[in-house]
Order: sequence, then C-alpha cells, then structure tokens
Amino acid sequence: MSEQVTGSSDIKMVAAPPGFEGQGFFATSLDKVVGLARSKSLWPLPFATSCCGIEFMATMASTYDLARFGSERPSFSPRQADMLLVMGTIAKKMAPVLRQVYEQMAEPRWVIAVGACASSGGVFDTYSVLQGIDKVIPVDVYVPGCPPRPEQILDGIMKLQEVVKNEPMRRRNSPEYKALLASYGITVN
Amino acid sequence: MAFTNQDIQDKLQAAFPDSVSGFSEASDLFSFEVEAKAVPDVLAFLRDDPTLRFNFLTDLCGAHFPDEAANRRFAVIYHMHNWMDNVRIRFKTWLPEDAPEVPTVSSVFASANWQERETYDFYGIQFIGHPDLRRILNMDEMVSFPLRKEFPLEDQGRTDKDDRYFGRIPVNG
Repeated sequence: MSEQVTGSSDIKMVAAPPGFEGQGFFATSLDKVVGLARSKSLWPLPFATSCCGIEFMATMASTYDLARFGSERPSFSPRQADMLLVMGTIAKKMAPVLRQVYEQMAEPRWVIAVGACASSGGVFDTYSVLQGIDKVIPVDVYVPGCPPRPEQILDGIMKLQEVVKNEPMRRRNSPEYKALLASYGITVN
Repeated sequence: MAFTNQDIQDKLQAAFPDSVSGFSEASDLFSFEVEAKAVPDVLAFLRDDPTLRFNFLTDLCGAHFPDEAANRRFAVIYHMHNWMDNVRIRFKTWLPEDAPEVPTVSSVFASANWQERETYDFYGIQFIGHPDLRRILNMDEMVSFPLRKEFPLEDQGRTDKDDRYFGRIPVNG
C-alpha cells in the first residue's frame, strides 16, 4: 500500500497513513483511512455572490485547477456536496437562504468562508449586511483577502483537507458537535 | 423646446393656484414645490396636458432634513421627463416629521408602486392609498427606517471592530 507506482507514469500517489506493516498485512486505524479518502475527494458547493466568486472561477479553471485536490466536480446541489464555499457579501436578507443551503447538505459537511465579506462583513459595516457568515452557520476555514487570489483559496482548501484528514469519525455524533449546531439553532436529525 | 419654463409655471399656477410654489431653476433643471395633498393631481396634469406631455416618471425618492423646521423634515421628490421634447422637471413636496404622509401616485404612474415602496422602506414615509405598501429591499423583520439620519448606518452587532484602530473616539469610553 505504501509502494509508489513505478513505471512510465509520473502520477504521484498519496502516501499511506502511519500504521503497522508486515508480511501480507498493513494495520492502521479506520479514522485515518476514511479521513484520507474524504480529504482527497471534497465536493465543493460554490455559493458565490460577488468578486470572490470570480476568483473562485479562476481557481476552478485550468490554470489553478482545483481538480488537482480532488475537488473534480463542483456540485451545484447542496445534497451532493461536502464543502460549502461562501464567497462574497452576504446581505442579511440572504442569510436565511445560506442557512437553508447549509441545512440541506448531508453530514459530514464543511464550510469555508472565502474573503473579508464572508468572514467578517468586510468593508460593508452596515445595517443591511451580515457581519460574517459565522453568525448563521459554523465555519471551518477562513480565507482572508479582498478578494483573495486563487492561490489563497487553494491554500484554504488545503487547510480544510488537513482538518478533514484529522477529524475523528465520531465527531459528528459527539455531544460537542451537537451543542455547536444547537448554538446556531440548527436541528440535528 | 416647444414651451418654456415660464409656460410650465403659468399653466401650473393657473390650474393649482394654492398648491404650487417655489419655482426655481437649479443646474438647468426647472424645479418647484407642491402641497402634499395635490401631488397626484399635479402629476396627472403634467402628464395629460397636451403641451407639456411629461409622459415619464423618471424617479420618485425621499429625503430627510433633520435640521429643518418640524413641518419640513421629510421630502418626497418627483422627477419627470417629456420624451417628445426632451424636457425634464423636478418637484418636491415637504412633509412634517410627526406625520410623513403623502397620497400615492401609483394610480397615475404604475411605475411609482415600487418606488414608493422603496421610499417607505428607507424613510418610513406613508403613501396613502398605496395598494401594497410594504418593505421591498430590506428584510421584512427590520423595524427601523435606515436612511433616516438618526439611524446608525454601521451594524450594531459587530464585535471584531475596535474604534481605537480606526482613528475614532471610542463609543463606550
């Protein structure tokens, strides 16, 4: 399992997680294997409302190529997405929509707030703009910038991959996680 | 131009001797003031007069002047455009602070419907007789009228902002 593919191909394979190896067996924890698999196949759901969304379009396209990180298929249905990318100013009137999109995603789900507006409201310190999406949904990774360059968005996704890789399988059933969602008023099935 | 500003003034003063006043020309735009209760009639007159033919209501908006006298704190401003002769005019009606009410013009120009809703949304000006006067841009849950001068523009729920780093006097000492 830890052997690199040899021959004419130059495709790099992911190294196996740490474990015990012997003749005919390899033992590691299920957490690590599942985390590895999840982190390399995050399906993004772009929720783009303004200029950060344009940067994400560049991130998805061939030059920066988000697909290299396993996010081959941007999902435009929340029900088949793992990673919600919120890019742009979220007006207070939009907040219930964003929250509904989050609630429609199946567990496990992760959220990246891309750019100053999604992270904190940015320059729009005003009565009509949500001052950061973490007022309505929990956020895993914040990407700073106004707007961030595609490299920064990729860095945020790589940070999230680390979060996903190290997430215990039982986290989503833990009382702490349920308390987190309850603090946002999101009901858990 | 088929008619002069003086023609507009003469026609209006003949038709509405008690309701129109304050004729002036500011930045090439002919302007005057109208009593609130006469606004729909003046608007219809300007549209239907065979010479004036102001067939288009370009805009309708509110304004708040907190330093004016109490009976002139709010204003509703109407912009009209004659497409045939390419003439534009503007008129204003003053409203008191305690009862900012003006008759709706949505029966004269259907386009006024949403513009009056927007003016209500941001200034709380009541358009009497409007068929559906509710907020149009802001959230329905909002209780204040955000473009009134006493209303703070900044979001009051923001916690990450320290005024000391913005060169401003701290709000809470």
